[in-house]
Amino acid sequence: MATLTIPHPVPSAAEDAEHIRKAVQGWGTDEKALILVLAHRDAAQRKHVRLAYEEMYNENLIKRLESELTGHFERAVYRWIFDPIEREAVMAHVALKKTFDHRVIIEIACVNSPKELLAVKGAYHARYKRSLEEDVAAHTAGDFRKAFTYRYGGDEIDISLAGSEAGILRDVITQQKSNHEETIRILGTRSKAQLNATFNCYREDYGTPIEESLAGEAPSEFASALRMAIGCIVNPQLYFVEALHDALGKADTDEDALTRVIVMHAEKDLRGIKEMFQGRNNVPLEQAVRQKTSGDYKAFLLALIGD
Amino acid sequence: MAEEHEALTRAFSGLGVDESSLLTVITKWRKQPEKRRGFRSSSPFFKPHGSFERCEDDFVRSLKVEFARFKNITVLWAMHPWERDARWIHHVLHKAHPFNIIVEIACTRSSDELLGARKAYHALFHHSIEEDVAYRVKENYCNVRTSFLFCPTSSNSDTIWIMKIYRPKRSMYLQLLVGLVSAYRYEGSRVDDEIAKSEAKALGHAIKNAGSKDPVENYEAIRILTTRSKTHLKETFRHYNEIYGKSIEQEFADESCLGETVQCLGSSASYFSKVIDKAFGEAADKIAQDALTRVVVSRSDVDIEEIKAVYEKQYKAKLEDKIVKNTRGNYRDALLSLVGM
Repeated sequence: MATLTIPHPVPSAAEDAEHIRKAVQGWGTDEKALILVLAHRDAAQRKHVRLAYEEMYNENLIKRLESELTGHFERAVYRWIFDPIEREAVMAHVALKKTFDHRVIIEIACVNSPKELLAVKGAYHARYKRSLEEDVAAHTAGDFRKAFTYRYGGDEIDISLAGSEAGILRDVITQQKSNHEETIRILGTRSKAQLNATFNCYREDYGTPIEESLAGEAPSEFASALRMAIGCIVNPQLYFVEALHDALGKADTDEDALTRVIVMHAEKDLRGIKEMFQGRNNVPLEQAVRQKTSGDYKAFLLALIGD
Repeated sequence: MAEEHEALTRAFSGLGVDESSLLTVITKWRKQPEKRRGFRSSSPFFKPHGSFERCEDDFVRSLKVEFARFKNITVLWAMHPWERDARWIHHVLHKAHPFNIIVEIACTRSSDELLGARKAYHALFHHSIEEDVAYRVKENYCNVRTSFLFCPTSSNSDTIWIMKIYRPKRSMYLQLLVGLVSAYRYEGSRVDDEIAKSEAKALGHAIKNAGSKDPVENYEAIRILTTRSKTHLKETFRHYNEIYGKSIEQEFADESCLGETVQCLGSSASYFSKVIDKAFGEAADKIAQDALTRVVVSRSDVDIEEIKAVYEKQYKAKLEDKIVKNTRGNYRDALLSLVGM
């Protein structure tokens, strides 16, 4: 469930565009007014506001906001304003251009349903005139691209195959074989239903969940990436709760990760994530965010979280 | 009677069966079993077996195949292109046919058609093409035109030496094939010329280092071939030609799967024309012959005119004439209609 709150009745797109215009005109910016509008509109409404603004003032709203705002607040608003599918394409592109943030790539590849991932790829084509795969392949080690296959989306599974592939994964992990090929083949091509069956077989046959086997003392980068991918596939909600915990728990708050999780889930399933966060950390998410962030950035996040 | 014998023999030669000639003879020889006996005694399709002429098993088998050609082409013609492609790929994987058929499908369909084939595959077989290709290539990579590995004329030491060279390449085939079938290429015309040039050089390096154990360069080649848009690749191949003075199709000509990849991505009409001509050859096996149906049906609505033009240029003969010469009956007529005569 989303945490996004929308006022009743909601102003028209033209009214919103006007309020935004007032907020960005002249010296300085009225961030509160921006948050009041943008953080309380769903994807369709935001799109209408963008169109209305452009029609009324002959200016691209996103470009205007980019020039008016700064820092973490700007980055959060920039990511928020798109619709969910476009957003993922934009975030993938950003992740590839700057210092490569593999978390974003893994999340996009593993959390989305096959149909959603396909839509993201289409949005990426339209926006960047290249395919997501070619950019991932060109900017990262080849293995990441292989997570982007169009998986079978149904529920049928092959139990004996699950058992044998659990065995293969076991071999790779315990013997620290450098045979990543098989691991990547399995994780990159099998359907989610099949993978879940495989992980269940792993737990039953070898006594520990596969995530724990991969944790260990000094896990390699590869093992960490695998753990992330598996986490996204098996229990995405828990994965995001842990991501938030990590982002907020560090002395130096990881605003990029915080922004990413909140912005990408506020209109999807942040409510469930919030509840699980509180359950595991004995602290409501709002409180943690309030403590670790400041200024307009804080206000924006809290608005999205539904404070 | 010699006339009818000739007609019958002719009706059963070539691809497909000349149904109308057969009907003519059947009608002519009504109530004349001695004529049929005469045919059986003089035909290679029958062998004396004590007191009667027995039908050769090979003949029966080949009749089954030849009569089915028209049925197959009709069913395939009626099918949705996505289902066709999905079934062809499934067939290759489960009957251990050469993987270059998969390369052909993956490289000559548009991004949305290939995606459609993947969707159809999900619906028909409850797996993704990617997972099945990855799994099968893993199991029998030998399928990739390395049959000379087991050529009886090579000495043992030669065979072992060859296997050593080809072993590291197995993962390359896996990457290449899975990469090709999972591609969702950008379909527009925008190309970055600088990147095309640098990737042409990267391909050049990969070819030079093909023998060495350095895997990195080869994976670059696979990345380029399996992710870049077709427009981009055509530019890249053009640069390659300029830089190295050789076409990339020539460079990879002997490489299984890789050769077909660059041909299909570079100039598919030329690739298809070659496949069609192989079907007419004397040494054509069943798979090469079936390719005729596959190519004509799948390209009839797409670029068959271009293929015809290239064929005529390459082989100094009209495709329609070759079809008339080498095929029979309803199968022949179906081919001619699909080819646009």
